[in-house]
Amino acid sequence: MIDFLQIVIYGIVLGSIIALGAIGVSLIFGILRFAHFAHGDLMTLGAYFALAGVAGMSMPMFAAFGLALAATALVAIGIDRALYSRLQQVSPIILLISSVGVALMLRSLVQMIWGPDNQVYEQGITMPWVFAGGLRIQPTQVMIVGGAAGLMLLLHLFLQHTRFGKAMRAMSDNPDLARLSGINTERVVILTWIIAGVLAAAAGIFLGMDTRLHPIMGWKLLLPVFAAAIFGGIGKPYGAVAGALVIGLAQEMSTLVLPAAYKPAVAFALMVIILVWRPTGIFRGKVL
Amino acid sequence: MSLLTAEELYGGYGGGDILNGVSMHVDAGEIVVIVGPNGAGKSTAMKALFGLVNVRSGRVTFRDEDITRLSPDRIVGRGVCYVPQEANVFPSLSVLENLEMGAFIRKDDYSAQIERVFELFPPLKEKRGQAAGTLSGGQRQMVAIGRALMLDPSVLMLDEPTAGLSPKFIDLIFERIQEVNASGVSILMVEQNARHALSLADRGYVLVLGANRHEDTGPNLLADREVAEMFLGG
Repeated sequence: MIDFLQIVIYGIVLGSIIALGAIGVSLIFGILRFAHFAHGDLMTLGAYFALAGVAGMSMPMFAAFGLALAATALVAIGIDRALYSRLQQVSPIILLISSVGVALMLRSLVQMIWGPDNQVYEQGITMPWVFAGGLRIQPTQVMIVGGAAGLMLLLHLFLQHTRFGKAMRAMSDNPDLARLSGINTERVVILTWIIAGVLAAAAGIFLGMDTRLHPIMGWKLLLPVFAAAIFGGIGKPYGAVAGALVIGLAQEMSTLVLPAAYKPAVAFALMVIILVWRPTGIFRGKVL
Repeated sequence: MSLLTAEELYGGYGGGDILNGVSMHVDAGEIVVIVGPNGAGKSTAMKALFGLVNVRSGRVTFRDEDITRLSPDRIVGRGVCYVPQEANVFPSLSVLENLEMGAFIRKDDYSAQIERVFELFPPLKEKRGQAAGTLSGGQRQMVAIGRALMLDPSVLMLDEPTAGLSPKFIDLIFERIQEVNASGVSILMVEQNARHALSLADRGYVLVLGANRHEDTGPNLLADREVAEMFLGG
C-alpha cells in the first residue's frame, strides 16, 4: 500500500511537470494551429537559464527562477517574431517542421554554453520527510506540485476573468470571428508565447529540481507532453492538465509491472489509444 | 447621405474574379437587401465592403473616407459590424463573454449596451452564463447579432441571418432586425428568403455573376415580373 502511495506521489509530481508543458502546447495549437515541437527544448533552456542564475551569478533560488521564466518568455517571443510569424501564411506542416529545427538549435545552444554533462541546482542530498508507514516526500516535490498548481490557478484566473484571457479563448474558438470583432490578434499571439514560455521554463526548472539538468531533458519529455495535450483534447488547456495527470500517473504506475525504461512507451501507447478511440481527446478538442 | 458605398468592385479570394463591377450603397437609416441566384457573389460583395476580399479595382468608402484596403479590425472601429453566415459565435465562450468580445475595442463602460441587447433578445439574458455552442440555432443567431451590436454600429451587415432557422425564428429575427434599424442602425443583408427580406427593405440589389442586374425599392423589385420569375421562384 505504501509502495502504491509512493508511486502515486511520483506520478502527481511528474504529472504536474508534464501539465505545465502540455498547457503551452495546447494553447499554442489553439491560437496558432500548429504542433510546437520545440517546446521540450524551450523547457531545457528555461532550466539552464535558472542554473545560470543560481550557479553562474549565485542568485537566490527564487530570483533565479523568476529571471529564467522571464528570459524564456522573451526567447519564445523572439523565435515567434523571427520565424513562426513569418511562416504563418504557409501550411501548419511547414511551421511544425520549422519548430523541429528550432528544437535542434535550442538544444545545441544549451550544449554549447553549458556542456553535455549532468548538472544540479544544489549539491548535496536533501532529507525527505518520512511519514507514518514509511511514506517519503521530498520538500522539492511539494514545491513542484505547489508551484505548478499556483501557476495553473493564475492561468485559470487570467483566462476566465481578464479581457485578454477571454480574447485568447475566443481566438482559440474562432480566429476569423476574433479578427472580425476587432480583437487585436497580434497581441493575443504574443501573450500566448509569454504564457507558453513561462510555463515551459517552470516545467524545465521543476524537472531539473526533481532529477537533474541535461541538454536533452526537455526533448525526452516532449512525448509525454504531447500525449497529455492530445489526451486532454488539443487546444483545451484544462484538458491538458487532466491528460498530464493521467499520463504522469500511468507512467509511474507502469513501473509496478514493467521495467522503468518502458515509461515513455506507456505515454506513447496511451497517445495511440486515445487517437484511435477518440481523436478529439477526452475534452473534445481539435483534431491534429 | 450615403454612409457606405462600393464603386465598381472587381476581385475575389485569389483565384479568378468573383466580383465583376459590383456597385452599391447604403444610406443612413436604410435596410438594403442583396438577392440573386446561387454563386452570384452576394456574400462576396458584402465581404468586400468589410475588407475580407482582395479587391483588385474599385473603391469602398465609409462616410466619404476610403476604406478599401483597411483590415476588418480597423473597419469595425469605424462603426461597421458584420455577422458572418456560419461560425458566427465563439462556441466555448458564454453568451455574456461573446457580447464582451463584440465590445473588445471599447474602452468605456458598455453595460448599458449589454442591457439593450438583452432587451432585444430576452432569451439571451436567461442564458447569459451558458456556452454559446450549446444554444439552439435561433439563439446562436441572436448571440451573433448581439455581438455585432455591441459597438453600437452605424451599419450592420448580415450574411443570411435566417439561414437554417425554423419559420418561427425567421419571423423573429426579421422583426428584431427591423427594430435595430428603427433605433438608427443602417442594415445591409444578404438573404435567401428573398421575398420576406425585400418586403421589409427600403431598397434591394439583384446581383448576377458578380455584377448588378437590378436595383430598386423593395416593393418595386417584388412587383417586377422578371425579377419575380427569375430570382424569387415565380
